[in-house]
Amino acid sequence: MSDYAIKLDKVSKSFKLPHEKNMTLKSALVNFSKRGYELQHVFTDLSLTLPKGEFLGILGRNGSGKSTLLKTLSGIYTPDSGEIHINGKLTPFIELGVGFNPELSGRDNVYLNGALLGFGRKEIDKIYNEIVAFAELERFMDQKLKNYSSGMQVRLAFSIAIRANTDILVLDEVLAVGDEAFQRKCYDYFNELKLKGKTVILVTHDMSAVKRFCTHAIVLDKGKVIYEGDTEGATTVYRNLNLEGSERSAASNNERRSYDSTIVQEVKTTDDNGKKKAMFQPKEKIRIAGIVEIPTSIENPAIQFWFNNPGGTSIASVKVHKNDLLKHTKDIHKTMEVAWELDGIFNDGKYLVTAEISDDTTGEVIEVLKEVCEFDVAGWESPYVIVHPAKKIAVTLVGQKK
Amino acid sequence: MKIPKVLNRENRILLRELVSTDFKLRYQGSALGYAWSLLKPLFLFIILYIVFVYFLKIGQDIEHFPVYLLLGIILWNFFTEMTSQSLGSIVGRGDLIRKIKIPRWIIVFSSSVSALINLGLNLIIVVVFMIINQVEITPAVLLLPLSILEIYIFALGLSLLLSAAYVKFRDLSYIWEIVLQAGFYATPIIYPLSMVTIDIVQKILLMNPIAQAIQYARYNTITTEAITSSTLFSSVIYILIPIVVTLIVFVIGVLYFRSQSRYFAENI
Repeated sequence: MSDYAIKLDKVSKSFKLPHEKNMTLKSALVNFSKRGYELQHVFTDLSLTLPKGEFLGILGRNGSGKSTLLKTLSGIYTPDSGEIHINGKLTPFIELGVGFNPELSGRDNVYLNGALLGFGRKEIDKIYNEIVAFAELERFMDQKLKNYSSGMQVRLAFSIAIRANTDILVLDEVLAVGDEAFQRKCYDYFNELKLKGKTVILVTHDMSAVKRFCTHAIVLDKGKVIYEGDTEGATTVYRNLNLEGSERSAASNNERRSYDSTIVQEVKTTDDNGKKKAMFQPKEKIRIAGIVEIPTSIENPAIQFWFNNPGGTSIASVKVHKNDLLKHTKDIHKTMEVAWELDGIFNDGKYLVTAEISDDTTGEVIEVLKEVCEFDVAGWESPYVIVHPAKKIAVTLVGQKK
Repeated sequence: MKIPKVLNRENRILLRELVSTDFKLRYQGSALGYAWSLLKPLFLFIILYIVFVYFLKIGQDIEHFPVYLLLGIILWNFFTEMTSQSLGSIVGRGDLIRKIKIPRWIIVFSSSVSALINLGLNLIIVVVFMIINQVEITPAVLLLPLSILEIYIFALGLSLLLSAAYVKFRDLSYIWEIVLQAGFYATPIIYPLSMVTIDIVQKILLMNPIAQAIQYARYNTITTEAITSSTLFSSVIYILIPIVVTLIVFVIGVLYFRSQSRYFAENI
């Protein structure tokens, strides 16, 4: 009896990325001698031991090598060097419903998908009704899969998947699909796995799921395990990793914008001193400044900035009309900087600023500069809301006699 | 790869489902469905009969020539179906290969099993016409599986080779189509071998494993007038050459497939 489920010993994996992929015989013949390719090392000498019964979370940014790692230890990719020891039967769920064929009926797909999990016809016969009932698809089983909604397909795939009789499960982003009810089913299933003492590897971006289910977690960055330990620490490391990344990209985005507009020349977020800044702490004041030159043809200009989240929802906006502008400057048609100072109530995340110039006389929008600038907020304690309004708490005793 | 491990329970389950999926999809949406498996060779025979008996009048010196022809074409079709279906099978099943771990050879093997089943159905039609044409059936019929085995092993070797190479060289499907087209005429299928009057050419043609197998199949089931390696060559060596070629192709196919299959998931 050995106590590990998976043991990776100095495993390396790289991909050969041809400069010009030899997909045709001709180019292969022509380039036979000088076949140039780039070796991309996804990870090098990665060692990892996973004891039996562990629920391991793997966190990492896109491109950190998570999926390659999963596929390598599932035996889909062959490592360049190193050894992988698997103790028990391992079933990967890189995707739900692998092998589903849209031209076949739901019933046929259950048998096909079941076979991929190692179920024979008779075994499926026995559990068929349970699978269908769990997926709530009784009426649809003789219809072709192509007529199913994507939600129905996922439900069916999931119902089969949870039947898999295996020792080690590898789950990649399974949570990313499905509605709330489905996610709850997923969570129930995870709990069940945990109770049964199965070994599970879960790759997800959902940090709450990691905290809830995983016994421990690792964080991958550029193919290296940069953290291994409890889930609390892993999520912190992962969050910081994301912050660094977004700081970099936000900073570069903030500078790289070109201004096709003749009116708006620059839009930026800055600190109190007017220094460009793209990364804000909770409660930190955010100053948004735009340099504009309004042509005389617009008599009654209005300048507005929208703050949208990446999903496109407007979280806030600020707007100034001619009258207010005149309070600050006599000639509103000269080049000027218009700036607002906003309370730092924005929740963690990325915000995209859209600038809009309109004419109050006609109500016409003259110019819209979409996503002309972006900034990030990070570090809030409970990042599950949209805004954190400034608040003052009052606690008074009531109903008590003096 | 040891035999008991190769066809363990899981692999058998998988093979069965892949083959049955293949058949379900093949006649997907057609009104007559599986009946086409029988109708196709039936109509093929009718066409051959009309063309060769009424118009071309080739092979009149061979008794039961239409049946002789049908058997040859069906065996050739078995070879083409198996190789061309297998050729694209690995790429076509890329979704499976990239997402789960299954033995890759099962995919090629399942294509070959589908082709075998189809051959079985086609042979039913051959038997029907043999009876209608009152072909004298001798115990030599029992040797027919040997011919099929030779074609099968040869085709399986090529299938493994082609399906693995196709992952990298996508021109292969067109090249293979042309090779098959040439092969159809390089093999004595629609013409009797006796029509080839140059002795050496006749002999070279019979070095082809498919030609050898087809001629033996005809000799054993339909008419002893079919020229086979045994009737043409006195030395056993010449009979063995196509068999050795078959085995070499098979071994190369297996080895190449094994060396490449490790990288299918990332190359598809």
